[in-house]
This record gives sequence, C-alpha cells and structure tokens, in this order.
Amino acid sequence: MIRLENITKRFAGKEGAIAALDGIDLAIARGEIFGVIGSSGAGKSTLVRLINLLERPDGGEVFVAGERVTEAKGQRLRDLRRTIGMVFQHFNLLSARTVAGNVAYPLELTGRFCKAEIAERVASLLDRVGLAEHARKYPRQLSGGQKQRVGIARALACEPQVLLCDEATSALDPQTTGAVLDLLRQINRDLGVTIVLITHEMDVIRHTCDRVAVLDRGRVVEAGVVSQVFLHPRHAATLRLVREAEPDGGSLDAAAVSDPAGRAVRLTFTGPSAHKPILGRIARENLVDYAILAGRVGHIRETPYAQFIVSLSGRDVAGAIAGLRASGVDVELQGGAPLPEIEGVRHVV
Amino acid sequence: MSFDNLYWGDIGAALAQTLAMVGGALLLTVLLGLPLGILLFLTGRQQLFQAPIAYGSLSFVLSIVRSVPFIILLIVLMPVTVLVTGTSLGIRGVIFPLVVGTAPFFARLVETALREVDRGIIEASLAMGASTTQTIVRAVLPEALPSLLAAITVTAIVLVDYTAMSGAIGGGGLGDLAIRYGYHRFQTEIMLVCVAILIVFVQLIQASGNRLVTHFSRK
Repeated sequence: MIRLENITKRFAGKEGAIAALDGIDLAIARGEIFGVIGSSGAGKSTLVRLINLLERPDGGEVFVAGERVTEAKGQRLRDLRRTIGMVFQHFNLLSARTVAGNVAYPLELTGRFCKAEIAERVASLLDRVGLAEHARKYPRQLSGGQKQRVGIARALACEPQVLLCDEATSALDPQTTGAVLDLLRQINRDLGVTIVLITHEMDVIRHTCDRVAVLDRGRVVEAGVVSQVFLHPRHAATLRLVREAEPDGGSLDAAAVSDPAGRAVRLTFTGPSAHKPILGRIARENLVDYAILAGRVGHIRETPYAQFIVSLSGRDVAGAIAGLRASGVDVELQGGAPLPEIEGVRHVV
Repeated sequence: MSFDNLYWGDIGAALAQTLAMVGGALLLTVLLGLPLGILLFLTGRQQLFQAPIAYGSLSFVLSIVRSVPFIILLIVLMPVTVLVTGTSLGIRGVIFPLVVGTAPFFARLVETALREVDRGIIEASLAMGASTTQTIVRAVLPEALPSLLAAITVTAIVLVDYTAMSGAIGGGGLGDLAIRYGYHRFQTEIMLVCVAILIVFVQLIQASGNRLVTHFSRK
C-alpha cells in the first residue's frame, strides 16, 4: 500500500545540513496497522509527513497504492491528499467551526457534494466516532478525547485508503488513549483502512499495531511483527523503548547480572502457553529449582504473553531447557558462560 | 464661557462629515489593507509562499509610509490626491490620503493576526487537500476573525484621530471645527463640545468592537 524507497531528508542546521532521515526503506501492507516508534528527534514525524508530501524528500521515492507520489503537484497532489487522512497530536481543529463544521470541512473543499450530502455524511461519521450529540458544540467545549474523535471523523470524511496518525494519543491521558486506540482498531477492521501510527510509547504499539518499525536517528534500526520486536528487542534503541514501558523502568535484563549461581535464562511464553503451568512441571521432571529474577506479563493486542528471567539450578538444567523449548517456550541464555551441551539455543549478550 | 450661542447646525454638519470620512476611509482601508496583510503573511518567513525579497520590499514600502507623520503625508500627497480624486478638498479629497495613511498600519495588524493562527491548523487544512486560497479563505481568516475585528476597531479610532488633521487642511469634520472655532477664534466652548462628541464617538467604536470580538471568539 505504501512504499518508501531509500528516503533521505535533510534540514538546515546551524552547522550545515542535518540528516533527519537517512536511507529509509519501508513497505506497509494494505489493511494493516503499522507502527513507527522512536524517541523524540528520531525523525518519525518527518517520516509520516513524507507520505502525504507535507514534507518533500531530498532523495528517494514514495509510493501510495502503487502510484509514485513524490513528484505530485497542484491538483494531483490535492487529490492524492484526499485519499490520505491525517490525525494530529494537538488535534488541529478549526476553533471557529462547530464539531459538524469541522467534519464537513474536507468535504466542502472537494466542491463535489451538495449541502444535504455533506450533512448526511457528517452525521454518519459523528455517529461512528460516538459524538452524534455534540455536533453543534465548538471544539473548546470538548475534552481531549472528544477532540481527537472529531479529528478522526474529519480524517475519514473523504473515505481515505490510508490514515496517518501523528502521535494521535500523546496529548491524552492513559484511559482516553486506550479508547481512541480501540476506535482506530475498529475503524481498521470495519473499513479496511491502512493505518500508519507514529508514537514514542511502546504501549501504544503493543496495544494496536500489527507490525512496527523502530526509528533511531533517522534510520530504521529494527522492524517486524510487534511480538517479535517487543519481546526480543535487539537494537539498543528498541531496548530503551521497551524498558520505558516497564513499571520499574525495566530491570528485566539488568537483573541477569546479579545471578548468583544458577543459569540465567529468559523464557518467553506467548499465546496459549502463557496460561499453562509449564515451568513448574518441567522443573519437577528435571529436578531443578528456579528463582524468578524479573518478569512481565501482558497482552500484545489480544495475544497473551509472559516473559521471565529465571535462574535455573539443580541436576539437569540442560534437560529442563530442552524440555521448555519442546513445550513451545522461547529460551534465551542470559550472559555468563554458555552451556556447550545445548545446541541451537540463542545467546543474548 | 457660555454654551447659549453654539452653532449646533455647524456641529451636526461636522459630525456628519467626520462619520463619512471615517466610514468611507475605513471601508477602503480594509479593502486595501487586508490583501496587503495577507500578502505580507504569505511571503513571510517559513510561511506558505516564503519569499524574502517580496516580503522585504513590501515591508520596506509600508514602513516608509508609516514613518511619515500623517499631517506631512497629507501635504506631500496633495498632488497625487488631485490626480486620483480631482480635488484635495472636502471629504472626497481627504479619503485618499486617509487610506494611504492607515492601510499600511492595518496591513501590519492583519499580518500579525494571521501569524497568530496555529500553524497546525494550516497544516491540517493542506493535508486535507485544500489549496492555499481555500486554506486562507476557509480556515485562516475565520480563525483570525476576532483579531481582525480588533484590528479594524483600532484602525477606526486611528482614523478618527487622522480626520481631525485632514480637516485642518480642508476636509471639514469635528476636528476642523474644534480647531477653527476653538483655537483660531478662542471659542473654547465649541472646542469642548467637539472634544466631548469625539470622546463619545471613540468610546462607541471601542465598545462595539469589543462586543464583536467577544461574539466571534470561540477559543
């Protein structure tokens, strides 16, 4: 649906040009929710603005729905932008217009609809986002979450194929964030709209996205399905973002250092195995003890996961690890001396 | 001092002249200054049509006009006024210099008002497929409406001030009356009446301006 090829973008800085984006390649499939995560200054806002050409790249090509859009100008650019909705962090609603007027705005711009058609569409859009009874209010009379719902209704007005969300929930409290993300997922399901979601919060990605790309200093440093990136982060930037989402700042991997005697391993249970008593059974069978050093339990979208760092000690540690793997648990050794007798176990340093 | 033998007929006529000068000049000032202000806004730094040379030149010309004290501008402009309106006297001869004097001032106020509009709103409008014209007419101007109304109010009051000076060189109006009778003929009471009327007039402009601004404020 969206393809970015070798995108570079530079901004003039005090000491010459600064590369905001540097050789970005991304492919976003039709109908998926694709997340782009990065800390501030990583270039993610610039990245999303390239897709509807609010920013023009200095090098590389952007394709939307198979069409090369990078050179679009004038009427063609405006038609293109109508097929791409955009939701903003600070809502950017017109304060002089009512809720209904804001949603009508993009429809009026096209000049293709009569008043009755606009009114009808606006009503059904407001219904979809649950704001039907607020149609005649002005934006200042709404809460943050309601404002963002207006922003979403407005972005959907021209029936876009793509919805760009630039930190759409970053100005909202956690509860409202959840509701807005649920709405986005529902829209994705019902309308099949491809959603590109920019955020600095791993929780938003975990809750909403199918796939994710991690952006760090203008480069994609890691990309893949959310569960893989979230549970097995490889790049330092990803690790930092995952830890920020942890309640205690993420001592998960640091805990391995304080492992006294046993073998520290990171166990990841996903899907149905997250709810089964696998660890206890295998410990008994192999006569090993385990100490839980760190752990986290939760959901990635609807899929439950549990991830622990445990220290294994006792008779048959290698057998226990093999047994865990046989039960569908992902086992990674944490630091220390590797176990030469176990083959195929990934080492994480 | 006696208020018995005041020329109420003269005062009424002068008030009508002042109203005509302020009203006519205000209308033309807005018609001329608004596009100039929009042009300043669009060509300004980091705006939609960033054009430093165009902005610099326009800005320079407007500043020159604004640097000339209005009473001097009136005299300097006289030949041009005659060319444009056929006379330098009366209301017709005075509205032209009034507009030249206040339009640059109003254009600056418009520029400032438009710059206050949240950039995010402009970005959102463009992202929805609006052209620059649509963005200005349908998003930026309505958003800036309260500030623009405040700017018109301030400009109207400046115009009342300027009409007193233009009256002195042949425009008529309350200011002219006050100077002719009050200053040249030592009829202080006429001057006092004129001043009182001007005070009430300016208060009315300010109060109605404020009401309009409040009415259209949605923030």
